[in-house]
Amino acid sequence: MPNLTVLHPKHLAAKAKMVDFFGWEMPINYGSQIEEHHAVRQDAGMFDVSHMTIVDVTGNQAQQYLQYLLANDVAKLQKKGKALYSGMLNEQGGVVDDLIVYYFDVSNYRLVVNSATCEKDMAWLNQHAKEFDVSIQQRCEFAMIAVQGPNSKAKAANVFSAAQREAVADMQAFYGVQAENLFIATTGYTGEAGYEIIVPKDYACELWQRLLDAGVKPCGLGARDTLRLEAGMNLYGQDMDENTSPLAANMGWTIAWQPQTRNFIGRAALETQREQGTQQLVGLSMTDKGVLRAGQKVKTSAGEGVITSGTFSPTLGHSIAMARLPQTNEQTAQVEIRKKWVTVNLVKPSFVRNGKSVL
Amino acid sequence: MSNIPNELRYASTHEWVRPEGEGVFTIGITEHAQELLGDMVFVELPDVGDEVGAGDDVAVAESVKAASDVYAPITGEILEINEELADSPELVNADAYGDGWLFKIKAEDPAEIEALLTADDYAGSIEDE
Repeated sequence: MPNLTVLHPKHLAAKAKMVDFFGWEMPINYGSQIEEHHAVRQDAGMFDVSHMTIVDVTGNQAQQYLQYLLANDVAKLQKKGKALYSGMLNEQGGVVDDLIVYYFDVSNYRLVVNSATCEKDMAWLNQHAKEFDVSIQQRCEFAMIAVQGPNSKAKAANVFSAAQREAVADMQAFYGVQAENLFIATTGYTGEAGYEIIVPKDYACELWQRLLDAGVKPCGLGARDTLRLEAGMNLYGQDMDENTSPLAANMGWTIAWQPQTRNFIGRAALETQREQGTQQLVGLSMTDKGVLRAGQKVKTSAGEGVITSGTFSPTLGHSIAMARLPQTNEQTAQVEIRKKWVTVNLVKPSFVRNGKSVL
Repeated sequence: MSNIPNELRYASTHEWVRPEGEGVFTIGITEHAQELLGDMVFVELPDVGDEVGAGDDVAVAESVKAASDVYAPITGEILEINEELADSPELVNADAYGDGWLFKIKAEDPAEIEALLTADDYAGSIEDE
């Protein structure tokens, strides 16, 4: 039996095409993936992300624990509700998972980790919690809905209470706040403004319906993938995994090297990798016909690499990809598409932000 | 169950064939095929005048999900291609048996169509998938 989110009946009612996503039966689209993509870039769309794992970390040593567990430094978080993106590394410097951590105070944090890695992550969190005065609690009583797009905040305001509207009124990007029954965060995975809303399961279907009634379009995992790739955001398991250095996954910016005295899991291995150099994750842009796909071979004079994620970009009207390659200063690369070698442009792995091309 | 019009013939590789008279046949991909592929983003068509053999890969339907070869169901010459698809590949999704047609073939032997699947046969073949 697959896992079902509490919103499953809403997806069926909307005639979603359901697929297996690492043991979860999730909507891939509700008719047209491209229309859903455009809804998020131009108006407002919503995703059921209830399959993701919410974990609360509390206790006297919560801060020390997370400083040891994560490559980014939670000591950077000073304002209540502030969020941080980080990799969680193994001793070899590979990525166990990527996650968002919310800070409430030094003894109280919330993590949101991936669904496909849930069991492994919980084991990892618990294993390392033994040496700290912390409590690790998975919060299975919640569902999660991401509402994204230029009009998403205005539309979501229609379904919020007065207190919730006030709580989010001046909230900057990358914060979260508990407002009555909802935890509302200004985070996302699309490159657009919006909210990720953690909602008690028994209210989730009603909230989904109210968002629908407010004109927010349901969007599936298909659009979620093209949106995140346009935004240059990694997908765990595809663009990086336990055998990938964050330095080779465009995650160098998430490593807090300072202070030198902070020891975190994977630090020693990362320092060696930094000295020796790693491959790099780059963007590819192809304006010719055809679609770049994960697994296709890439060549530059510096050597061979591979596409980790590739798609047709509905916003740009041509194909884009992320590829892991040996370091190079070249402007172009060759990609093998259906037995033909095609020239593509090498770009920064970020393609669209706030509805506009950044190429 | 997707729509499988009775008056058409089918290939097991999900092409449909419509006789237009005088040995001319219109070819497209089935409703079932476009559902499997999802939103179409590019359709690569053969050139008018190409000589094609039954079973040759002559076109590519590229969707958000995958690139899929399209095979010529019968032998003959490409008489016409659907130029609209260059700018509107989504016609294949919206109207697989109508505006989303791919190309027309002038058949070398119009009787070749008798070897293709009937609507019932095709319905049976996709049930087994």
